Amino acid sequence: MSAVTIAAQDSATMLWREIKHSIRLLRLLIVSVILVPVVMLLLFDYILGGTLGHGLGDVARGAPYIDYLVPGILVMTVAGGCGPTAINVFMDMTGGFVDRIRTMAVTRGALLAGHVGVSVLRMLVATAAVTGVALLLGFRPKASLADWFAVVGIVAAFSFGLAWLSAAIGLVTKSVAGANGSTLPLSFVLPFLSSTFVPAESMPAGVRWFAANQPFTAVVDSLRALLMGVPAGNTPYVALAWCGAIALVSYLWAQAAFRRGTR
Amino acid sequence: MSASTNPATRTAVSVTGLRKAYGEKVVLDGVDLTIDEGEVFALLGPNGAGKTTIVRILSTLISAYAGAAAVMGYDLRGEAGAVRGVIGVTGQFSAVDDLLTGEENLLLMGRLLHLPLTARRARTSELLERFDLVEAGRQTPATYSGGMKRRLDIAMTLMGRPRLIFLDEPTTGLDPRSRQTMWQIIRELARDGVTILLTTQYLEEADHLADRIAVLDHGRIVAQGTPKELKRRIPGAHIRLRFAGSASLAEAARALPEGTRDDEELVLRVPNERGIRSLREVLARLGDDVAVEDLSIHTPDLDDVFFAVTGTASQEKNQ
Repeated sequence: MSAVTIAAQDSATMLWREIKHSIRLLRLLIVSVILVPVVMLLLFDYILGGTLGHGLGDVARGAPYIDYLVPGILVMTVAGGCGPTAINVFMDMTGGFVDRIRTMAVTRGALLAGHVGVSVLRMLVATAAVTGVALLLGFRPKASLADWFAVVGIVAAFSFGLAWLSAAIGLVTKSVAGANGSTLPLSFVLPFLSSTFVPAESMPAGVRWFAANQPFTAVVDSLRALLMGVPAGNTPYVALAWCGAIALVSYLWAQAAFRRGTR
Repeated sequence: MSASTNPATRTAVSVTGLRKAYGEKVVLDGVDLTIDEGEVFALLGPNGAGKTTIVRILSTLISAYAGAAAVMGYDLRGEAGAVRGVIGVTGQFSAVDDLLTGEENLLLMGRLLHLPLTARRARTSELLERFDLVEAGRQTPATYSGGMKRRLDIAMTLMGRPRLIFLDEPTTGLDPRSRQTMWQIIRELARDGVTILLTTQYLEEADHLADRIAVLDHGRIVAQGTPKELKRRIPGAHIRLRFAGSASLAEAARALPEGTRDDEELVLRVPNERGIRSLREVLARLGDDVAVEDLSIHTPDLDDVFFAVTGTASQEKNQ
């Protein structure tokens, strides 16, 4: 067997292990990665949506607020998957199990690859589930089939970037609370400081520039344009570039942190 | 790499001048040891002596700061991958996956060892059977007792039929019955010709299991030999006699001049070299007239070993 075949096989094994883990923790995961975004969707659509929708004016292009909101909620759903991933990686690094793996002739990167792979899968499943709920609540996308493919591609790329970032966070934190806490800016702060709920242009001058230029806004804006069937311009490319950059930097960070674990 | 391509070797582990420090703290201060294939070798020492560090270095988890080591003929520095292919490690802390069932844990090992599906399944049921985990195999380790968890841990280590096994304090934290089971498991492995390096804090355990023992203290090997050789150096085995008053103590001391007398505690310690026979002899020589208030038999323990080879007690060195 070649090294590549073995690496693929080991990664697949670790993926299998993480899928088993996810199934064992299913109820917990449903609450944290699906229920939370659904509650945010209900909160912002039913409770705040009336006023927010009025305030949008022309930006909404005459559509109800839910059509503006859902792309942002989908991005929040992806970001909501960061906490479980960081916690899982942290837990794996602290137990004796990782030492066992390290004393075996197992491809070095397989463990992290398994975590990241399943993290992406979880984020995609959660995003699909939340999209389903949104459709039931009255979300009416006008995307073409090609647009849908682009949406899935961007969501997958964003998931991939954030999965590596969460894995790196899980590797460098010192406690479960730290692993979870360190992902909160991703799942709660950055979405609010982006075009998730309201356009960046409507924000006070101090945060406006940040909100307009941070990765969440690029991703939300491109998904929004694609789902609404309006010209997206170059935002999808900006979004993909951000996803690629996040994935690359996080990957290198995670690899360095993983190696540092072996002293 | 399979074991068959391994160059023929008679030496399982060979270590020279091993040093390791964490910052200022020296953990290993020049360790030399040689373990032959098929041998059970015990590293005996108190907490903090460096036992676990040696195991972690030899099992490729951490690297030494200086010194050379070869495991099954492979150099630890250059051929860590090959070393991993022939060793099995059961650490001090449970290394089972708590979210997988016992059976899934073993199957996972099989996948990571790249065993074909049928071999994986066959070996899994064989090990579940051997370690009395057939019923428990369907449950996650959360429901297991300490002994069961340790058995699953060892079973996972054995999945790939390693030729050299490291067991770091295999019985620490186990109840007496589980400890007996673990000893039985280790003896069976030795009978199969597997080389075993085990660490322990108990002289009794090393004595029961090991062909050779190395006593580790402050990162140095302070004594090495067969259990017999080592025990010969320990004057710890004695019969302790306590008396009601100084008159009977004096009388007993006259009858047993080889004893060491402690007037404050009214105790006489008589060397016990031949077990029951010594005991009979001591009682016979004391006669019926000397009133012995209390009698106890003291077998040498780690403290005695330490006292004999370093001149200080292990507890003091612990700090």
